[in-house]
Formats: sequence, structure tokens, C-alpha cells
Amino acid sequence: MASDYPEILQKLCHHLKQLTGPDVEILPQTDLINQLAIDSVKLLNLIMEIEDEFDISVPINALADVQTVQELANLIHQIKSAKQ
Amino acid sequence: MSLLDKLDTVAAARKALLPEGIDVFGTPIEEVYSSTEAKIGGRRILFLGTNNYLGLTFAAECLQAAHAAIDSEGTGTTGSRMANGSYSGHRALERELADFYHCQSCIVFTTGYQANLATISGLAGTGDVVLIDGDSHASIYDGCRLSGAEIIRFRHNDMADLDKRLRRLGERSRSTLIIAEGIYSMLGDRAPLADIVRLKNTYNSILLLDEAHSLGVLGQTGQGLVEETGLISDVDFITGTFSKSLGGIGGYCASNHPQLDQLRYVSRPYIFTASPTPATIASTRAALKLLHDGIELRQQLWKNVHQLYSRLHKLGYQLGPEPSPVIAILLDTPQQALMLWKGLLEHGIYVNLILPPAAPDGKSLVRCSVSAVHTSEQMDYVGQSFAELRDSIFQ
Ligand SMILES: Cc1ncc(COP(=O)(O)O)c(C=O)c1O
Repeated sequence: MASDYPEILQKLCHHLKQLTGPDVEILPQTDLINQLAIDSVKLLNLIMEIEDEFDISVPINALADVQTVQELANLIHQIKSAKQ
Repeated sequence: MSLLDKLDTVAAARKALLPEGIDVFGTPIEEVYSSTEAKIGGRRILFLGTNNYLGLTFAAECLQAAHAAIDSEGTGTTGSRMANGSYSGHRALERELADFYHCQSCIVFTTGYQANLATISGLAGTGDVVLIDGDSHASIYDGCRLSGAEIIRFRHNDMADLDKRLRRLGERSRSTLIIAEGIYSMLGDRAPLADIVRLKNTYNSILLLDEAHSLGVLGQTGQGLVEETGLISDVDFITGTFSKSLGGIGGYCASNHPQLDQLRYVSRPYIFTASPTPATIASTRAALKLLHDGIELRQQLWKNVHQLYSRLHKLGYQLGPEPSPVIAILLDTPQQALMLWKGLLEHGIYVNLILPPAAPDGKSLVRCSVSAVHTSEQMDYVGQSFAELRDSIFQ
């Protein structure tokens, strides 16, 4: 995995904590919807924040394959690397 | 989880939120007395949640036209627009809508939902981008999904945000369809059309405007936001519905691009469904004439809008950002919204309830829709009822 992956994960967790509150434990394998109770609309809004954080376009279609924090981080990483 | 278990989970979540004994999202209307009054639960109630903006559902001209069409052409077409289902009335309505917008062509669809599905999925495809306002109607989201294009959202009515997202797309902005609504169905606010047009021209994108809630409501002849702003020639495609100010059911897309006609051959929501009934087409044609000439109806509508909006504002209710026939009352919790909805029904007033996640920003909404044919007394009574309910909601 490229070197900026840990940074992506860390920034992503920061955004997730804004939704879940600071006390919730977030691990790479944590399920966004079932464990963090992030509903579909919150997830869509989170994507806009992520787009701005990393200056990328994340089509919401791609979320169909995303369940866990790690999968979302992978998606961001993939889009970010394709851009460079 | 099995397929049926999933539905049980949905049922449990709804049960936890909603009170026993009333079906909030399926309240049966037992009898309809007029465009504004009906019988629910054995009582006379006032409609304040329908989208009957001009009150045309009982207009004599529309009833008469629909009766005549049923008698001469039957109850249904039993065919799609592509096979057996395009009567001369469908074609005539398409011509009349094109003339109404002073544009080249128009296609009629069976519902407004399908008009968006058909237009968006006909225009955009795999490899293209659709850039949509975050508060877009479900039919826009679903049309985008059907298209297979990449879906990007911009923050509701935020033009700096739209600019940023277009810039990020680089060259791809040229194969991007931007979608906005004339008046948004959730909060009742208009799209900042002049800014959207400026951006779409800068980035060479295509613009689709859904005038579902603004048709008949904005502009001298009721064209919608395109007329109010004088920007019709900068909007590439206009979609809309017959199910609101025209008092029927059906939808359309109008455009000056000659390519519009090709949707008839590629668009699944146009091809694979039956066409609107003769009565629907006939009443819609009659309603379109009334809508076009309905300057007084629009004046009355806006008078009612301002009366109710300012009354609710003075009472301290948190409202959508600007007065419009869609008046949304924003509440912090679903419980408050439910209490207000129920309280209004007990006062004989039937409005819409919108709970998260359907409502924006985690809020809950009680949404009123104002009609030109609501009387001043009815508006007074509504204001009075909101006044009586306020303290119990915010205690
Ligand atoms: C913005 C918007 N577009 C489209 C539609 C769909 O219209 P119809 O009821 O004709 O399917 C609606 C109706 O709710 C709407 O609010």
C-alpha cells in the first residue's frame, strides 16, 4: 500500500468521529452502516466532505461496494492515485 | 438476513417512531369534496399538503375534456408510446407544451418520475458525469442511477461548491449533465439559476432543470423559474410534471436541442410503459390553457403564500429560506414533527410529514402546500391552528 494510505485512514476517521462522537472506536474493519449507524444520507454528505478534504471526485455509485472503513479508505486511495 | 427479514426490520423501525392507530403515510381519503376539502376519519378536513397549486383538479374545462375523451377514446391506451399508445392527443399535447415554452420539441411521459428517469438516462451514460444538487428529488437520483453515469452531488444551492466540483472534473465537465430544480420540493427554495447558467457555460456542461413545483407558479405565463429569470434559452432541457399545478398525472421534457427526439428510441422509461390515458391527456391540455392564462390564479396563490409564510414566521416557526407554495416547517426532532402533524389533523388540517433520513440535515419537516383556491378564511384558520399548537410543540 502506498505511503499516503495511513494518512487517508487517519483523516477519514477524523471525519467519521464528527458523525459518531469522539468515544466510538473506529477500526479499519468497522462497518459504516451497521456498526457506526451512518445512514444513507449521512454517508452521502460524508462523501462531499471527503471530496473536499482530498480534492477528488468520488462518484456515489462507487459506494455500492463500500461497507467498511477500510473499503472507503481504499476507494479514496484509488481515486487519489489515479489522479496523480 | 433473508429478504423478508429485511422488511421486518423496516417495519420495526417505523413502529418505534410512529404512533399506533393512525397510518401516517397512508391516511385514506374517504371522500373528496373539492380541490381543498375532503373527508378523513369521518371528518371534514382541509387539504394543505397536496400539490394542487392552481386548484385545477375540479376545473369545469378539465372535467369536461376528460369526460369527452373517455367517451370517445376509452379508459386506457393499453400500449406504450412506441407501440399503439401514441394517440393524436399525445402528439397535440407535445406540440402545445413546445409552443408554451417557445421551443422546438417536447416529449410526454406517463409520470413526472419517468420523465426524469427517461431524460437523464437517455442523455447521460457510462463514462459521463451527472452533477446534482444534494436536495434533488428521488426521481433525479433514480434517473442518474439508471443512466450508469458517475453521480456527484453538490451542496444544496451552493454555487461555490458547484464551481469547485466542476473544476475538479477538468475536461470531463464537457460530458457533464448538471441538474437543478426550479423550486425544491423539500424546503421550497428556488435554484440560483443565473449562477448555475454562468457555471454551465464556463465549463461547457449541459443543464437540466426540473420545474415540477415551479410550473404554473413562477413567471408571467407560468413557465416556471426559466420565465421568472428570463433564462429559458440557457437551459438545455426542462422536465416537469402534470401531477401538480396541472392537476393530472404525467410528465414531460422540453428542449431546443433536436436530439431530444432520439429519447423516444433509447429511453427505457418511455418505451417500456403504457402511455397516459386519453382522459389524462385531455384534462392536461385543458389545464395547460388555464395555467397559461392563469395570471389571477398566480396572484391569488402568492397572496396566500405570503399570508401563511409571514404568519408562521411571526409565530416563531423555523421555515424554509424563502416564501413559496411549498412552506416547510423545520423541527429538531421527529417527535415534534409528529406532534405538530397530528395536532393539525385534529384541527382538521392535513399536511405532509417528512422524517429523517428523507428530510435534509437530520431535521424533520412538516410541509404545507398552498393553493390559489384556498380562501383567505381557510388561511386564517390554518394560522390560528398553528398558533394554538405552538406552545405544546416547543414546551
Ligand atoms: C422535483 C420533482 N420532480 C419530479 C416529481 C415526480 O412527479 P410525478 O408525481 O409526476 O411522478 C416530483 C413529485 O413528487 C418532484 O417533486
